Amino acid sequence: MKIYGVAVLSACFIAGQLIGEALGILFHFDGNIGGVGFGMLLLIVLGDWIKKKKWLDAEAETGIHFWSGMYIPVVIAMSATQNVKAALSGGWVALVVGVFATLLCFLLIPLLSKLQKKTEPSGSSL
Amino acid sequence: MDFIPKLFAKNELIVAFLVVGLIMFISVLVSKHLLRNRIPGAAVAITMGLILAYFGGKKGIADMPLFAGMAFLGGSMMRDFSIVSTAMGASLSEIKKTGWVGILSLFIGIAVAFFVGGSIGYFMGYKDIKSVATIGAGACTFIVGPVTGAALGASSDIIAISIAIGVIKTVVVTILTPLIAKCIGLDNPQTAMIYGGLIGTTSGVAAGLAATDPKLVPYGALTATFYTGLACMLCPSLCYFILSLFI
Repeated sequence: MKIYGVAVLSACFIAGQLIGEALGILFHFDGNIGGVGFGMLLLIVLGDWIKKKKWLDAEAETGIHFWSGMYIPVVIAMSATQNVKAALSGGWVALVVGVFATLLCFLLIPLLSKLQKKTEPSGSSL
Repeated sequence: MDFIPKLFAKNELIVAFLVVGLIMFISVLVSKHLLRNRIPGAAVAITMGLILAYFGGKKGIADMPLFAGMAFLGGSMMRDFSIVSTAMGASLSEIKKTGWVGILSLFIGIAVAFFVGGSIGYFMGYKDIKSVATIGAGACTFIVGPVTGAALGASSDIIAISIAIGVIKTVVVTILTPLIAKCIGLDNPQTAMIYGGLIGTTSGVAAGLAATDPKLVPYGALTATFYTGLACMLCPSLCYFILSLFI
């Protein structure tokens, strides 16, 4: 049943949101702290566990996969409902931040790659 | 003839599905034929969404009654729900195989994007901490920006800027990856995982690796899958706290 997968996803989502809200109250912060991230971690752990126990069949999993396939469409709808007119007044910020911050991350790849090779135990390389 | 707009208004969410489907269809065609797959259809579609939003008002295209359902489909509930669902593709035991450098790359990638992005925003005139944090989060991915902005209560125009930053990042990553892959040694699974962790924007990473070497896609996408979730957790909390020590 597809709904079982959707229900598991919903449970993780709500539990994650609850953790996020609770952390918000704990840190006297007006909002949700990382509810989405906690929901994801819960789904990874719970999803793995449920798969091992074989409590969800492949069809139930398609209920979750449907929503992960809807991720890009939802983002498209989200971008179409933003206050773009107001954002364009700061258009250069978007371009400069987007390009410069990304280039810097690219430059770090060879550095971390060297670090990884140094720490890699011999014989375990792919 | 006024029954037609009434019908559309009554079924606003269904209309939104149709509209997004059409945007995606056109974007994939544009990506394939005009851009020779250099920019993925998803990135074109998101950009097209932002362009359409320009013709609307405060709530973008959703200010037009015909497209009111877009506000629900693109609202925070649907957005967060669909993001959480993408975690199903990742597994903890797989990430363990990457070694600690793979995990380190996630933290460094998020920190560099957040603080460098935020600093640039600060020096370009956005002095209040909520805006700086949202701009920095936007430099992570186009998801982290709005999630952080919503959590901190940033204004809609700042959130729109953060999405624009994330979209620009996706486009830059997609175009640049195959061009500089050799220079940065991106030709093995280990580097692909580090690349996914440092860059993070899943659609850009998947598209960039597909253009470089399709065999590397799952490795890069795996770490990148964790990036958005981790950044959604860190940006409005720990990163914001560190930022508050400086602003």
